[in-house]
Amino acid sequence: MRGILRSPKIVAGLLILAFFVVLALFGPLLVGADPTKTNSVGLAGPSAAHWLGTTQSGQDVLAQVVYGARISMGVGVLSAVIATALSIVVGLVGGYVGGVVDEVLSLITNIFLVLPALPLVIVLAGYLPSRGVMSVAAVIAVTGWAWGARVLRAQTLTLRGRDYVQAAKAGGERPWRIVFAEILPVEFPVIATSFLATVLAAILAEAGLSFLGLANLSTVSWGTMLYFAQNNQALLVGAWWWFIPPGLCIALIGAGLGLLNFGIDEIANPRLRTVLPKRARRARRAEVVS
Amino acid sequence: MRYLLRRLGFYLITAWAAITINFLIPRLMPGDPVDLMVARMNGQIDPDAIESMKKSFGLTGGSIWSQYWDYLGNLLHGELGRSITFYPTHVSSVIGGALPWTIGLVGIATIISYLIGTTLGVVAAWRRGTWLDSILPTTTFLQAVPYFWVALALVMVFGVSLSWLPVSGAYSLSVTTGFNGEFVGSVLYHAILPAITIVVASIADRVMGMRNVMVTTLGEDYVTMAEAKGLTSRRVMWRYAARNAILPNITSFSLSLGFVVGGSVLTEIVFSYPGIGSVLLKAVENEDFPLMQGIFLIISLAVLAANLLADIAYVALDPRTRQEA
Repeated sequence: MRGILRSPKIVAGLLILAFFVVLALFGPLLVGADPTKTNSVGLAGPSAAHWLGTTQSGQDVLAQVVYGARISMGVGVLSAVIATALSIVVGLVGGYVGGVVDEVLSLITNIFLVLPALPLVIVLAGYLPSRGVMSVAAVIAVTGWAWGARVLRAQTLTLRGRDYVQAAKAGGERPWRIVFAEILPVEFPVIATSFLATVLAAILAEAGLSFLGLANLSTVSWGTMLYFAQNNQALLVGAWWWFIPPGLCIALIGAGLGLLNFGIDEIANPRLRTVLPKRARRARRAEVVS
Repeated sequence: MRYLLRRLGFYLITAWAAITINFLIPRLMPGDPVDLMVARMNGQIDPDAIESMKKSFGLTGGSIWSQYWDYLGNLLHGELGRSITFYPTHVSSVIGGALPWTIGLVGIATIISYLIGTTLGVVAAWRRGTWLDSILPTTTFLQAVPYFWVALALVMVFGVSLSWLPVSGAYSLSVTTGFNGEFVGSVLYHAILPAITIVVASIADRVMGMRNVMVTTLGEDYVTMAEAKGLTSRRVMWRYAARNAILPNITSFSLSLGFVVGGSVLTEIVFSYPGIGSVLLKAVENEDFPLMQGIFLIISLAVLAANLLADIAYVALDPRTRQEA
């Protein structure tokens, strides 16, 4: 645990994420303003009254960013939960059972890895009768589970032969108990990293869908903000304060998740740690010379 | 050869899966797509259009197996149904008109991004532990940036504020289309900003992918050996480490292609580029399901073809896969 907090990447990543979680949970209490309330001062730049300016219909951009965090991050997390659950089942069952079951599951996983996710999500979302948070999250999850399943399968394959698993097997444990009580907890770090990556992919997918107008356009999310900014010619009138903040939030969350994942990777794979190669190389050379 | 045949087999199965998913989606999603569309148009629709829609969904009556069979037969003849938006134009010709623009733009931008990104990754790995590591937070930021948002920002700065570059369309309307210098120049000029967008949004993955593989490779004994032999740094870096690190990196490159294409398609919308993206936007706006599904199918097949090309490159680079064992 101490090692984890000593990594600056992990600390920075956690701080960024904590900021956005707090923003989504408590931000609306602080901002107060209704994100959909219009007023007569449209397309005003940042000012004391509207820190991030207003949209074309005079809605407060800051209020939209803060409320939008709830939908964007909500869809992201919900979708990642569904996708991760799927990847755990597919990855662990395939890796543990092996044989034909594994081959079929691996084939399906590889197919979903190669197929381009966004066009598939677009077609699925197009057919949705209503585009609520839950159904959009589910549709995004359909395309987001394959990477996690592949990594977990590989991990399960190496764990399957370990002594403690063999012991549990010899002790007469039922297979589902071995998979979910003995193997699953050990894979927690892998599950965590793939979960974080899936959250980001889902936030990006939601933004893409909304940008196309395929989300519920009456709710405020970062994606719908970008949709309205694009469709109301925010660009041509130079209203940068309208479209810069939502995209910046997405990229910052991504940076936080990325740093966190990178930090975890470095702990898991010491070769990636790059603190002192130059010093080490110099030392090595000195040894050779002397 | 054997490796390539196995990959080819996998892509054929994947193509079949994409085709079958495409067939199943309208049947598995709640509601009948044709009824849905007729209702949305308040009944103001040609009976011919309804008939052709049913045909393009394969809803021709009969058992689901015979529908599936008809659907496969139609596909084999390149028949994807008729577009609702551009009725009575066939979906295949709508997509056919847009596809070259997308392939040209995304293809060239992806190659540029791959070459620059991989080079930067090699250098970043070689100089790990120096100030260059401070690019890490920047790359994680760039990895997460939505393509279309980069497009909006670039249009804002270089198109609107500075007016340096054109921000919409694929060529100037004042030049005569055809293969002449003026037209080609105009096409290239209009492609600059969209291409930069795709490069900026996709390059971080290439840099990080290459850097991480390369850092691992640099720990191998043969690299230490090369250094011990007193070879120049450049030789060790490029001929020993980078050459071997490129291989695993190709796999991650081909897996990221679908993501790049998805992002690029949204980028085209910002630039009103006449590629697949703009057609997709029209399809979404008009609830044109045959067109949407056709686009999904074509993009999937294009990504599979690109993957096959990456595999061929892999075989060309790695002698081990060429062993006839």
